Amino acid sequence: MEISCSRTSNESAIEIDASHMDTRELNGLLRELMLAGYERVVLRNVCGQRYIGTRLYSPERRVMNIEIHGTPGNDLGAFLFGHRIIVHGNAQDGVGNTMESGEIVIAGRAGDVTGMSMRGGRIFVKGDVGYRAALHMKEHGQKRPVIVVGGTAQDFLGEYMAGGIVILLGLYGAHNASFIGSGMHGGAMYLRGPVREEQVGSHVHISRADETDMEILRDHISGFIERFPDLALDLEHILDSEWTKLSPRSSRPYGKLYA
Amino acid sequence: MRSLVLPEFTISRSGECDRCRACEYQCPFGVHIYDASNDKMLSDNRRCAGCQRCAVFCPKGVIEIHPSSSFYRPNASWSRERIEDIKRQAETGGVLLTGCGSDKPFRIYWDHMLINASQVTNPSIDPLREPMELRTFLGSKPERILLREDMDADADPVLTLETPILFSAMSYGAISYNAFQALAIAASRSGTFFNTGEGGMPPEMRPLFKKHAIVQVASGRFGIDAEYLNCAAAVEIKIGQGAKPGIGGHLPGEKVSKHVAATRMIPEGTDAISPAPHHDIYSIEDLEMLVSAIKEVTNYEKPVIVKVAAVHNISAIASGIVRAGADILAIDGMRGGTGAAPKVIRDNVGIPIELAISAVDRRLRDEGIRERCSIIAGGGIRCSADVVKAIALGADAVYIGTAALIAMGCTLCQRCYTGRCSWGICTQDPGLMRRLNVEEASQRLVNLLSAWSHEIKEMLGGMGINAIESLRGNRDQLRGIGLHEWELDLLGIRGAGE
Ligand code: SF4
Ligand code: SF4
Repeated sequence: MEISCSRTSNESAIEIDASHMDTRELNGLLRELMLAGYERVVLRNVCGQRYIGTRLYSPERRVMNIEIHGTPGNDLGAFLFGHRIIVHGNAQDGVGNTMESGEIVIAGRAGDVTGMSMRGGRIFVKGDVGYRAALHMKEHGQKRPVIVVGGTAQDFLGEYMAGGIVILLGLYGAHNASFIGSGMHGGAMYLRGPVREEQVGSHVHISRADETDMEILRDHISGFIERFPDLALDLEHILDSEWTKLSPRSSRPYGKLYA
Repeated sequence: MRSLVLPEFTISRSGECDRCRACEYQCPFGVHIYDASNDKMLSDNRRCAGCQRCAVFCPKGVIEIHPSSSFYRPNASWSRERIEDIKRQAETGGVLLTGCGSDKPFRIYWDHMLINASQVTNPSIDPLREPMELRTFLGSKPERILLREDMDADADPVLTLETPILFSAMSYGAISYNAFQALAIAASRSGTFFNTGEGGMPPEMRPLFKKHAIVQVASGRFGIDAEYLNCAAAVEIKIGQGAKPGIGGHLPGEKVSKHVAATRMIPEGTDAISPAPHHDIYSIEDLEMLVSAIKEVTNYEKPVIVKVAAVHNISAIASGIVRAGADILAIDGMRGGTGAAPKVIRDNVGIPIELAISAVDRRLRDEGIRERCSIIAGGGIRCSADVVKAIALGADAVYIGTAALIAMGCTLCQRCYTGRCSWGICTQDPGLMRRLNVEEASQRLVNLLSAWSHEIKEMLGGMGINAIESLRGNRDQLRGIGLHEWELDLLGIRGAGE
């Protein structure tokens, strides 16, 4: 296999043309680069290769910065262990599936089950996300995962959500999703703009964001603005909107189900 | 509301009771009370689970626990169980929970199959004198092996077992820390594997037991990260469980203690909810994706097991799973145990493991993909003869769960879901948990495996076979008795005498 890669001036950075590589090859190469001590990789012409970032577990917690040009395939950053991935384009389903820590930035839209079962780290999506985003996201101790979405989400957002924070900025239109937070029993979702009672699951409590919530929002939304400077957003303007908070009615949604 | 359900058990003290109050201490359900004014032990039959703890620990041995002899008017349609279930549901409005595998009298096919022994035509083998191989390799077997220039070859990772028996998934949370540890110790001493279930593995256990652990990825994804998946010999994707096919599970908040919460990586006291499906698996193609993601995160160093419940069409499902890249297929029959399941599901959904093994093995052979995947059969394996029969029907190895719990002291009282297990197995109560001595329990498990292994060798020797490998799918060693034609056909065996 011929790998076309050009070293940049920085010794620990490398650029790779992924156009003729399959998933396993590409991920194997990334792993070799990580073990060889590279900290920055730019992937060009990515087209559908899956699980990018997944094979980068190392007991000593090496961390890489991976920049992707093109369209990565499903399960981008699944089980991610501390790495940072930036996609200059759209991503498919399963972004950050069960990720442990790190950061994924998508300068486009992301597909279904974005951030499913993630338990740490942050995901920033410039556009919209698909169905069942943030499904069964959870938190423990200091670990509190965060998803910030520029647009909105499809149905079943935050289903079974057990922890973590989801923020939808609603920059490009209203939130039309249904069944939001079905089975939710932990965590919080913040949606900019109104959400109707019939859009949320029966386990969800709707309220206005209070001051502590606004601090959380300020922190993560400024992170979002920093990552997408081209949107030229004004933090105060965004914060100064109607913010709906969705939280669980109980941490024991099925406590009364059994005889 | 006063319960209208009759007590299930009657407690009697047949001889001289010393009022030592041992029974009062032993019973986790508060049955025995000391009546000081009359200097007498009183027992409330209605609370008794029939776990026999007090009977075993009564120093005088005078306590006896019998199924209650009082009865409703006998009625073939309305059995005692039907009547009482209705009463309980009328009292609570809830789904009835239970523990352990189904106790219903479905046909147990093991008991309708007889094993062969050679007589004159080929000699039987004495395992005490001659080597007898029980070592089993689980994983995808290559179609051909290409030797590299350095005379080594690439092959997929396999699990090596010294005996074809593994401990099936029992999570820390469902069972106690002590029981969990006993299984881990016994697996490492016996050269086999234990399975973490969906509850994660406490970090302090990882360096000690990683070579003997199968870690599970279930729909709740509890306690799972890249580090955990790499601290194991194999990774099992749990799709279904024989005791409750098609439904998820809820570990109730009461059982989510501090340490359980830390291991599952969720807040203390919240319900740990496992959704019914994996929400990233809605098809065989999606399953292929999770199998691959797990192989990626473990750098293709560990075999991936996919576990399903035995249900209708299991052979088609199995074929899909093998094509999705699973290295090992685990099938759990409808008599498989559980810490908690809705009774109606446990007793009505799924099929017996015997039929499933046979159907799956045949289908995979017909499709020419049997060697791509090993089969572990579980759910109702009660003795070494069941192991031999399972392997002769086409399994590579078996999972045991209930048998392992019984070895540690379980009496199948079916109250696991209450978290009050008197034997310290299915509980997170520190006082109850202490009752299970880890060293002693692991020794009992080691003993059980070694006893069964020896019996398996005797049976193999009797058949004139000296390696378990030669028994796999060797249905000619089995004959059916008292079975219908369709059952014999499905099992792929002839009737006794033929
Ligand atoms: S529940 Fe167990 S310990 Fe309690 S009285 Fe019944 S048999 Fe004895
Ligand atoms: S594990 Fe304990 S509670 Fe469950 S059936 Fe056995 S003895 Fe009863």
